[in-house]
Amino acid sequence: MDTGFFVAWIEAAARAVAADRERLTELDAAIGDADHGINLDRGFTAAREALAADPPATPGRALTLTGTTLIRKVGGASGPLYGTVFRQMGTALGPAAAATPDALADAVAAAVAGVERLGGAREGDKTMVDALAPASRALSGAVRAGTAIEEALDAAVAAAEDGARAAIPLRARKGRASYLGDRGIGHEDPGAASSVLLLAALRQAARGGLRR
Amino acid sequence: MKKLINHPDDVVTEALAGMALAHPGLRVDVANRVVYRRAAPVRGKVGLVSGGGSGHEPLHGGFVGHGMLDAACPGEVFTSPVPDQVVEATKGVDGGAGVLHVVKNYTGDVLNFQMAAELCAEEGVEVASVLVDDDVAVTDSLHTAGRRGTGATVFAEKIAGALAEAGAPLAEVVKAGEEVVARSRSFGVALTPCTVPAAGRPTFALEPDEVELGIGIHGEPGRARAAAAPARELARVAMEAVHTDMPLSGDVLVMVNGMGGTPLAELYIVFAEVAAFLREKGAAPARSLVGNYVTSLDMQGFSVTVCRLTDELTALWDAPVDTPALRWGR
Repeated sequence: MDTGFFVAWIEAAARAVAADRERLTELDAAIGDADHGINLDRGFTAAREALAADPPATPGRALTLTGTTLIRKVGGASGPLYGTVFRQMGTALGPAAAATPDALADAVAAAVAGVERLGGAREGDKTMVDALAPASRALSGAVRAGTAIEEALDAAVAAAEDGARAAIPLRARKGRASYLGDRGIGHEDPGAASSVLLLAALRQAARGGLRR
Repeated sequence: MKKLINHPDDVVTEALAGMALAHPGLRVDVANRVVYRRAAPVRGKVGLVSGGGSGHEPLHGGFVGHGMLDAACPGEVFTSPVPDQVVEATKGVDGGAGVLHVVKNYTGDVLNFQMAAELCAEEGVEVASVLVDDDVAVTDSLHTAGRRGTGATVFAEKIAGALAEAGAPLAEVVKAGEEVVARSRSFGVALTPCTVPAAGRPTFALEPDEVELGIGIHGEPGRARAAAAPARELARVAMEAVHTDMPLSGDVLVMVNGMGGTPLAELYIVFAEVAAFLREKGAAPARSLVGNYVTSLDMQGFSVTVCRLTDELTALWDAPVDTPALRWGR
C-alpha cells in the first residue's frame, strides 16, 4: 500500500464523514452537544486540502499530516483523539515508501494504544475505543493468518460495527456522554460510529486499489 | 431556525469582529481567534488565559480586561479551542511570570489545553492550570470523566485574576483558583433547548410542560426531566442539590445565571428564592451576580453557582475589574 493508497483513504474518509455529517451530529445531540459530524467534516475537509497542497512523499507523512490537521482544525475531544489516531499510525509506518499488511495492522494497534493513553478510556467505557480496539485485533489476527488485506479489512470493519453495537446498551464512563449517567444507555456513541466510518473508508480504499 | 447570523460557518469570526469594534479596551486577533486585553502582555504579571466553546457569551471573551483574563480563545460553537489558538494566546500574554490556564472539565477542553500547555513548555513558557469542576448534577464522579465545569469558571477567573493583578506569583494564583473551585458548586435547569447554528435545529426536544434538570452549558441533556414548576420550586431543586453536596453556611457569593434566553426579571425572581433558601440554612448572599454570564446560546433557563467565601476571597472578588461583562471599582 503506497502513499496514493493512504491519500485515497483520507479522501474516502472525508466523503464518508461529509455524507454522514447529519447522522453523526444527531447521535451527538442525543448525548452531547450536537457537533460531532460538523466538526469532523470541517477537519477532514481541511485534511484533504492539506494533502493536496503539500503532497506527501510517504504513507507515514500522509497520515501524520492528516493527524496534525485534525488537531489544528477540529477542536473538542475528537480533534486530539482522531489526530492521535493518524499521527500514531504515521509514526508507526515511519519513512517507508509503502506499507505491508503487517505494518498497517501494527500501525492501527499503535493508534488504539495512543487513543487509550490520551483519553484514558478502555473498552466498555462506550467511546471510540469500543469500535477501534476490536477492529485492530481482527485486523492483526487476519493479517497474521495470511488473509488478503481486503478480507482482513472486511473483518476489521465487521468487528468495529459489532463493537459499536455492543456499546449501545452500556453506560458511558468517558467523554461528555458520561455526564448523562443511565440516560445515555441505549444510544449509539458518536465516536464509535465515526470510527466505523473511518475503517469502512480504509476498506473502500483497499477495494478501490483492487479495481485499479 | 431564525437567528441573527449571516452564515453558520461565520458565526465565531463575525462575532469576534464585532466584539473588537465594540470594545476598544480589547485587542482581537480574528484570524487566530484570540481576544486579548489591550495591555497584554503585562511585564512581570502572571497571565490568565481561558477559553472554551463559543456560544457561552459573555464567557470567555467578555471577561478579558483589567483584574480578570489577559486572553480568551473561543472555539467553534460548543467546541473547545484547538491547541494552536491556546498556544498563541498563552505566548501573547506571557509577561515572564508564567501563565495560568483556567480550564473547564470537559474532555475536549482538557485535551486541547493539555496539548497546548505541553507545546508552550517546549518553548519555555511556564504554564499551570486550574480545572473547574463545580457541577453537582454529575453525581457519580468515580465512573464519569468527573464533574463538569460551569458557573464557577467566572468566580475562578475573577478571583485568580485579581490576585494576578496584585502581582502574586503563579503558584499563589493557582492556589486561589483551586480554592475557589473547591468552595464552589453549581446546578442548572433548562426550560427550552438551544439551537446550534450549524445544526440548525434544537439539540433536544422538551415539551411545553417539561424542564430538564441538571444541564451542563452545551445544551446537552441533564440528569433528569421533570414537570415544569413555579420558580420557587425550580430554585429549590437547584439549591437543594448544591446544599446536599456542600452544606451552605456563612457568607456566600451567589450567581444566578441566565442561559441566554431568559428575561432578567425571571432571574431576579429566582434570586429572591435562592436568597430565601440561603437564609433558611443560615447562610447569607454577601455578594451576588444576576444576569447572563455563562450562556448556552438561546436556551431558556438558569443555573445557580454558590461559593463559600472567606475574607480573602471576598476582598479579591471586590477588587477592581474592567471587562466588557464585569466592571466595578475602577
